[in-house]
This record gives sequence, structure tokens and C-alpha cells, in this order.
Amino acid sequence: MSVDVKTDNALFELTLRMGDNALILGQQVSAWCGHAPVLEEDIALANTALDLIGQTTLWLGLAGEIEGKGRRADDLAFLRDTRAFRNALIVEQPNGNFGQTLMRQFLFDAWHLPMLTALKSSADKRVADIAEKSAKEAAYHLERSEDLIIRLGDGSDESRRRMQYALDGLWPFAGELTLADEIDAALATRGLAPALADIQTQHVERIRAVLKAATLKPPEGAPIRKGGKAGMHSEHLGFILADMQWLQRAYPGATW
Amino acid sequence: MYAQEVKSTGKGVKSLEEMEPQERAFQEKIDADIKIEPKEWMPEGYRKTLIRQISQHAHSEIVGQLPEGNWITRAPTLERKAILLAKVQDEAGHGLYLYCAAETLGISRDQMTEQLLSGKAKYSSIFNYPTLTWADIGAIGWLVDGAAIMNQVPLQRCSYGPYSRAMVRICKEESFHQRQGYDIMMKLVKGTTEQKEMAQDALNRWWQPSLMMFGPSDKDSVHSAQSMAWGIKQNTNDELRQKFVDQTVPQAEYLGLTVPDPDLRWNEEKGGYDFGEVDWSEFYEVLKGNGPCNAERMAARQKAWNDGAWFREGLMAHAKKREARKVAAE
Ligand SMILES: [Fe+2]
Ligand SMILES: [Fe+2]
Repeated sequence: MSVDVKTDNALFELTLRMGDNALILGQQVSAWCGHAPVLEEDIALANTALDLIGQTTLWLGLAGEIEGKGRRADDLAFLRDTRAFRNALIVEQPNGNFGQTLMRQFLFDAWHLPMLTALKSSADKRVADIAEKSAKEAAYHLERSEDLIIRLGDGSDESRRRMQYALDGLWPFAGELTLADEIDAALATRGLAPALADIQTQHVERIRAVLKAATLKPPEGAPIRKGGKAGMHSEHLGFILADMQWLQRAYPGATW
Repeated sequence: MYAQEVKSTGKGVKSLEEMEPQERAFQEKIDADIKIEPKEWMPEGYRKTLIRQISQHAHSEIVGQLPEGNWITRAPTLERKAILLAKVQDEAGHGLYLYCAAETLGISRDQMTEQLLSGKAKYSSIFNYPTLTWADIGAIGWLVDGAAIMNQVPLQRCSYGPYSRAMVRICKEESFHQRQGYDIMMKLVKGTTEQKEMAQDALNRWWQPSLMMFGPSDKDSVHSAQSMAWGIKQNTNDELRQKFVDQTVPQAEYLGLTVPDPDLRWNEEKGGYDFGEVDWSEFYEVLKGNGPCNAERMAARQKAWNDGAWFREGLMAHAKKREARKVAAE
């Protein structure tokens, strides 16, 4: 392993965070294939997963390039252990029932779109290009997830109860997406990524508006659950990786 | 093949002379290769047989998501994961076009779903076999989609307009799936010893079930004659099976894999392969529900439907509320 490569660490972290969020969420959503409540949802979820896996390939490909140690997107996806993953905790939360999957998606999409939109003006052209392409997909995902949140929240008593339950459980994880650490601050100073406080405002406003239309109430005073961005994960991630990485681990060095 | 044993009317095929004028006009259209469209008159038997055939085909696409979907989360690379996701998504899309085509014949998607979940309607026997290794994903694309194409290409000329048009769209995607499946096999046989063994093992397990996809042997297939006269079936089961074997054996050879059939040999005289008799007792057991995964496939579809009831009802409740608000505002 050569040690003379100078990795831009903050930029590397940014691409891992974006890539790992897309990867872990895409991986989880893809498990619905064939098991959704209606055929149209099977198709729509496969589509979302497909977009996210496509974005993963771009982000992790760039991460490998920035790192400069010859790791490709697949190496980063399939051969890192939990502590090296940089996704926020929300995306590794279990699929649960379909309502929980939708709520997780909505809370994520409502962050993803403003984040990608801001990254389109990143000082790094490669980051801006990926954001440009991904933002279109994220806009579509958000349109779909917020529409379903509203219809199911303001639906039957049963569907409202389930959506409120999903919100109560997932709400504490939403905050991590826009909680800035030193890396985020450094990225913002260099114009590589937006100040997360701005994204937070947009995230919260969008969520409030949709929840209001959905007749759902965010739980009050719930502390933010965080750690994933810094590699401190929940127990769920290990199982997700065990499933996802199994073939690569079982047959080291094989090409597929 | 996706519709392996479609019961027809059970009556013999009438000659033109025996028909009432309306039916005669209908049959003459078919004989002249003019498509039948939803609003037009058609014999009850034609309508019923088509509903059975198209809905079996649609159910096969839907249940067919399961064995392959089984490997999406474990696909070995990001690219393979994306390709497999796209494929399974295509299959769901095929199900959707086909349900729409069947709906033009006066049955609703909910009715068809109910028939599937109650076990009344059938789906292709092939999806009752397990996907045990990654090579199975290659074998399914190569063999199962390959067999599907073999059957569906002639169905593009089917006499019923909506079915025929659905087939045109579907066939394009199926050939793509087959190439991708073959590509997975190619990677495996060029890989490590373990990968090559995995590929051979998959061929060993999927070969016979693939041959069964074409349905029972012609001598035991009682429903073909009327369906052929109606232009909803163009070739006999054995003809298609022969074509499939002739096409697939050289592909297996190119991969360096052995087709698991000691009786397989080239027959110069007929210009095709002779091959061993399919184990029809296994086929009928699988159709009866006793295959290795019938119970799991049905359970998965029932669970998806039952667990999703609140979701579907929630959306309906919302639509009603919205409608009521609109009325109140007027
Ligand atoms: Fe298909
Ligand atoms: Fe296919």
C-alpha cells in the first residue's frame, strides 16, 4: 500500500457519505421487489432502488478516485466493514412494514433533494456533475414519497395510525442528515458542499408542510439519534452488509 | 410455456360450414390474419380461453419476480445488482401489460389476483424451483427467458390484438434478459473452478424444468387444436421444445458446459437433436402444487397482498375524502 498518496480527506468523506446513503437505502428498498402491496409499487420501488444504486456507483467511483489507492466502487461497497461506512443511521433502519419504508424514504428524500440541488454548485466539478444527474431522480422520488405520505396520513384511520407510528419511530433519525460536524464545516468553507444549516431549514420546512397536509404530528422533544456519518452505526448495518457482501467475501478475488 | 396447460372448450374444432354466420365471420377474420379487438363479437370459448391464457401468463410474470428477487440483495457487484433490479422490474411491468390485456376481455385485475391467491389460477411450473446460487440467476436468464422468447415470439402474431401488441413489447425485453443471463454464465465459466462448478450445477438443475415450460407432450396435450384454429397458439408444445433444445445445446457447448441428458445426440436426418423424455410425473406434481417452492411462492404472494390491505384501503379512503371535499366545495 503506497502511503505517499495525499487523499483530500474531507472530499473523500463527502463522497462516501453521499454514496453510502444511496447504497444502503437502495439495498434496503430493493428487498421489496415482488413483495409490495400493489404491482405499481413493486415497479416504483424497484425504480427508486435502481436510481440509488446508480448514484452509488457514481459517488463511490469518485470516492475511490479521490482516495487514490486504487479502490473501485465495488471494492468500497463490498469490502468495507461497518465502521468504515458513512451513511446516516436513518437509511439502515429496518424496512418494517410498507408504511415505515415509505416514511423513511420521505424523510430521506426531503433532505436528499435540497442537498443535491446545493451540491450542483460544488466547487468540485465532479461532485457537481453527479449532483446534477442525481437531483432529477431525487426530485421524482420526493414527489412520489410525499404524495403517498399525504394520501396515507389523510387516509383511513388505520393508515393514519400506521403512518403516525412510522413517523414516531423514524423522526429521531431525520436530524442526523443535516447535523454538521467538522468535516461538513470544512467542506462548506471550501465551497465543496453547502452549509448544512441551510439544508436543515429546507428539510424541516418541507417535512412540516407535508406532515400538516397528511394530518400527522412529529413527536415533540425527541433527541436526535446520530453516529452513522462518523462510522458509529446501529446493529442493523452488520446484517445488511452480511447479506450484501456475502458473495464477494465467500469467493475472494472472483470476478462476476 | 408461461401458460402451460390452458384448458380450452373441450369440444372439437368446428368447420366453417357448421358455424352460425356471426361465428363464421369471426373465424374468417382470424383465417385472414385480421386482429380481433376488444369490442368485437367473439365466441364465449375464445374469450374464456384467452382470459385463462393471458392471466396465467401474467401470474407467471408476477410470481417470477420471486426466485430472482431472492438474489437482488446478494448480487455480487453494483452493476449486477442494477441489471437484476431492472430485470425484475421489467417482469413486473410485463405482468402489468398482461393484466391490462386480460382486462379488455371483461375480468378485473382484482378478480385475477383473487384467482391466483386462492390457487384457482395457475402460473408456470418453472417458478416453483429454488434459486440456490448466483449461477441460478444466470441460468434463469439464459434458459427460462430463452424458453419464454421461444414461445412468445409466435404469440406476437396472436389473433387477439391487445395480447399480440403486449407480446411485441415484452419480447424485446425478454431477449435482453436472455443475453444478460448468458453473460452471467459466461463470466462464471471463465472464472474460478468453484464458479465453473456453480454454473454446471445450475444447468443441471434448470435444464429439465426449462423443457417442462413448453407444457405436456403433444400426444397428451388436449387443448391445442381449438387454440390453434383460433390463432392463439401457433406451434405445438413439442415443436417449440425441439426448437429450444436445438438453439440451446450449442450455447451450452460454447460455454463448455454439459447438458445433463445422456440421450442427447444430433440427429442428422431430422436436422435436430434427439433428447431424453422429460420426467412428466415431476411436471404434474409441480402443477398440483407439490414442487419444491410452490408453498413458499404462494405464501409470499399472499403475504404481500394481505400485508398491503391497509395500504390499498388507505389510498381508497383518501380518494373518497378528496372526492367529498370537491363536492362540498362546488
Ligand atoms: Fe417477462
Ligand atoms: Fe424476462
